[in-house]
Amino acid sequence: MSAVLEKTRVTRRQVLVAGAGLAGSFVVGLPALASEGEGERTIGWFVQINPDGGVVIGAKEPEIGQGLRTALPMMVAEELDVEWDKVSIRQMPLGIVKTADGYTWKYGGGQGVGGSTGLTSNWQLMRQAGADARRQLIRAAANRLGTDESQCRTEPGVVVCTSLGARIPYSDLVVEAAALPMPEDTTPLKAIEDHRIIGTRRNTIDAHDIVTGRAKYGFDTEQPHMRYAVIARAPVLNAKVASFDAAAAREVDGVLEVFRINGPNPGEPYQILASGVAVVATSTWAALKGREALEIEWEASPNANDSSERFWRENDEMLKDAGQVVLDDGDFDAAMAAAETTVVRQYRVPFVNHAPLEPQNCYAYVKADSCHIIAPTQMPSGASRAAAAVTGIARENIRVEMTRVGGGFGRRLTNDYVAEAAMVSMRTGWPIQLVWSREDDVRNDFYRPGGTHEMHAGLDADGKVTAWAQRLASGSKYYRRPNMPDENLYRAELYVDDFPRRIVDNLRMEYFHNAIGLPRGSWRAPAHTVNAFVIQSFIDEIAHETGQDPLQLQLDLLGESREIEYSGHGGPTYNPGRSARLLKFVAETIGYGKELPQGRGIGLAAHFTFGGYAAHAIEVTVAGGELSIERIVAAIDCGYAVHPNAVDAQLQGGTIDGLSTALGLEITVKDGQVQQSNFHDYPVARIAAFPARFETHILNWDDVPTGVGEIGLPSAAPALTNAIFAASGKRIRRLPIGDQLA
Amino acid sequence: MVSFKINFEEVSFEGDSDTPLLWVIRDHLRLTGTKYGCGVGQCGACTVHVDGVAQRSCMTPVSGIAGRSVTTIEGLAPSDAGLHPVQQAWLEHDVPQCGYCQAGQIMATADFLQRFPNPTDAQIDANVTNICRCGTYVRIRKAIHRAAELTAGEES
Repeated sequence: MSAVLEKTRVTRRQVLVAGAGLAGSFVVGLPALASEGEGERTIGWFVQINPDGGVVIGAKEPEIGQGLRTALPMMVAEELDVEWDKVSIRQMPLGIVKTADGYTWKYGGGQGVGGSTGLTSNWQLMRQAGADARRQLIRAAANRLGTDESQCRTEPGVVVCTSLGARIPYSDLVVEAAALPMPEDTTPLKAIEDHRIIGTRRNTIDAHDIVTGRAKYGFDTEQPHMRYAVIARAPVLNAKVASFDAAAAREVDGVLEVFRINGPNPGEPYQILASGVAVVATSTWAALKGREALEIEWEASPNANDSSERFWRENDEMLKDAGQVVLDDGDFDAAMAAAETTVVRQYRVPFVNHAPLEPQNCYAYVKADSCHIIAPTQMPSGASRAAAAVTGIARENIRVEMTRVGGGFGRRLTNDYVAEAAMVSMRTGWPIQLVWSREDDVRNDFYRPGGTHEMHAGLDADGKVTAWAQRLASGSKYYRRPNMPDENLYRAELYVDDFPRRIVDNLRMEYFHNAIGLPRGSWRAPAHTVNAFVIQSFIDEIAHETGQDPLQLQLDLLGESREIEYSGHGGPTYNPGRSARLLKFVAETIGYGKELPQGRGIGLAAHFTFGGYAAHAIEVTVAGGELSIERIVAAIDCGYAVHPNAVDAQLQGGTIDGLSTALGLEITVKDGQVQQSNFHDYPVARIAAFPARFETHILNWDDVPTGVGEIGLPSAAPALTNAIFAASGKRIRRLPIGDQLA
Repeated sequence: MVSFKINFEEVSFEGDSDTPLLWVIRDHLRLTGTKYGCGVGQCGACTVHVDGVAQRSCMTPVSGIAGRSVTTIEGLAPSDAGLHPVQQAWLEHDVPQCGYCQAGQIMATADFLQRFPNPTDAQIDANVTNICRCGTYVRIRKAIHRAAELTAGEES
């Protein structure tokens, strides 16, 4: 019987004695959140070596499923020179230190995961942490042996001095090593050809805990005397509470407190999304039942007439006029006038919900001058700022701990639910576990912006693309950001250096902002998911319109391996030849160009996302209005795959995310209300949508790793819709695909 | 008061009898391996076995399980040292990403393999309907086939 289950059994008996009393009376099953590395067996912040030779490595980043809790310790273990099966992981809290003019990071680097940067931002730091610890162990051994460190080397877990015939385990040296001051010179790192952990297939370090139900997420937090809270949220965007009657709610067994939560003014920057009424209870179910029993009158909202129908109509109207020209290379108008052929198409990409399977939740305990936060978050520093903003407590007195996170996808870059939990705890004085229902999550999100894209291309007599324009009307993600001038709203929606910039000489981008009241935010690979669909569909359309082969047209545009300036995230340069390599690879692997039966087709697409490259080839059947995905071939070039098993997983998952979203997901608004509420009307795809023939390939390029969390997503949807066209002649210009094939 | 067995142990619950089994398991029995994902029986993260049959505990009032036997992910393995073949297969294929849905996926699969011990892909598609938001379906499919092999091996 494991310790965890033993504890659980004890609790159960106590619960039986106490009946349906406060679960929080019993302190068990705490998330594995020890304090950061301190103590005599700890070298630096990240390495602890136990008497039995076990190595505990601190994981400083949130784990949202991307694999960093395995990948970063692989870097440390590699340089430390220990066997991987001796390694266990300790989640570290947020580490910030107050300075004269703000805060700085405690552990020598930032904490937070977004933009596929979690691996690259730690690549140097974590390897150096391992190398420095190994160096200290060697120096401790040399001191003890009365020799020079140059006479010592390591084998996994052991310092060896051949000349003296000595072998000393790390576990015998760590206390001395930990006491040594760090040397002034930088300890060199291994060459990648010497790696024996990095770059090799390793399983998820928490997999055993996950498959046995022991892994702890935010939703599983339990703290002494904890109460549960939910918030009744406005059905209409930005509506405020006018009045409420809590009498029936207070009669629900277990309900303790009911009170108003004040939200931001419509259109203004937010800490939380909207006003509402909080219900605090002794259990989640009591809080939910209490919420059901509330009677709330809402004030009229300025967004009460918002609707998707109006949004799309307004976009169409806007696109008839001139917008904000945000990029104007060469002479687009002259090139279009001189073109032998022109192609114009319009595409529509919907608002979508993040829908992480673990709904938002946060534990907060606000006291007079301190605060404790336990949250599933991608940005623990944002959690600290959110709690400080609503409590007025100095950030150095706010302890932020991170749990394992049940999906991120960009939703948990925003810590509104942390602010809510802190507000409820401050008001009640109680330790609060705030939870969102699925309905809360679907109806209240920072949605991926929807938009209408009008694409223009001009081609010369040889079929070469000489002019290109993207005109976008959308609801910018930067809406309601503090200090955000209107002329910068486009920056979240059009990444101006994306392909085919600097390849097509005459290139224009135009933006029109449509300020619908839906909150917007970062959704996995933000604008790349939208623009890859639009650009890769349009190239396919241009090829078919002008009698060219889509693959050849794209390869001609991408050209040979070379670095092109790229000022956006993932730059400073990108290499379109790397996209071409992947595109050729997936096309050859799937047998692009082969004879296919009636109703079958293959589609291709590639995209550069935040420093990494991916391409997809998808084969489908369209028959009798039914779509069947027959085969998927996906390839990624992330430079150097540090944790190939996770790279493979992210490519699989990113592909499925892209396809699931393209197949059926859309958030719509009518009368100012989000119309979807749960998975029955926001149908995240299930296993049946995806074929058994699903291959992923990692094609390393050099010794510089890129992130992988978002790279595999953007090119999946256009490969699918290009395949649908090849199979059926039906061009999908509006996502989701839904019933358009029927 | 509702009495039932959970992971072979007798328990009783004195709260509202309409409380979904999910919240009794999580908030009152503090077995947090069973997850809340949707509350309406759509996602399957809350899947447990009731008398050996998979059931979505978010839609099951605790009153409905009086006298019955519930198994959660914490009680699936035949012994504390070992793993159920489905758990073993999940490890071999390193299925989890965020991992939040996986207890439900495993409980659903364990039941599915009792009914379809040698499943085809089409049978998987028709019967395994839990949502994985991370998109681990490629590995789930392989792990289901592997679990079927492991189960057959145990029985032969």
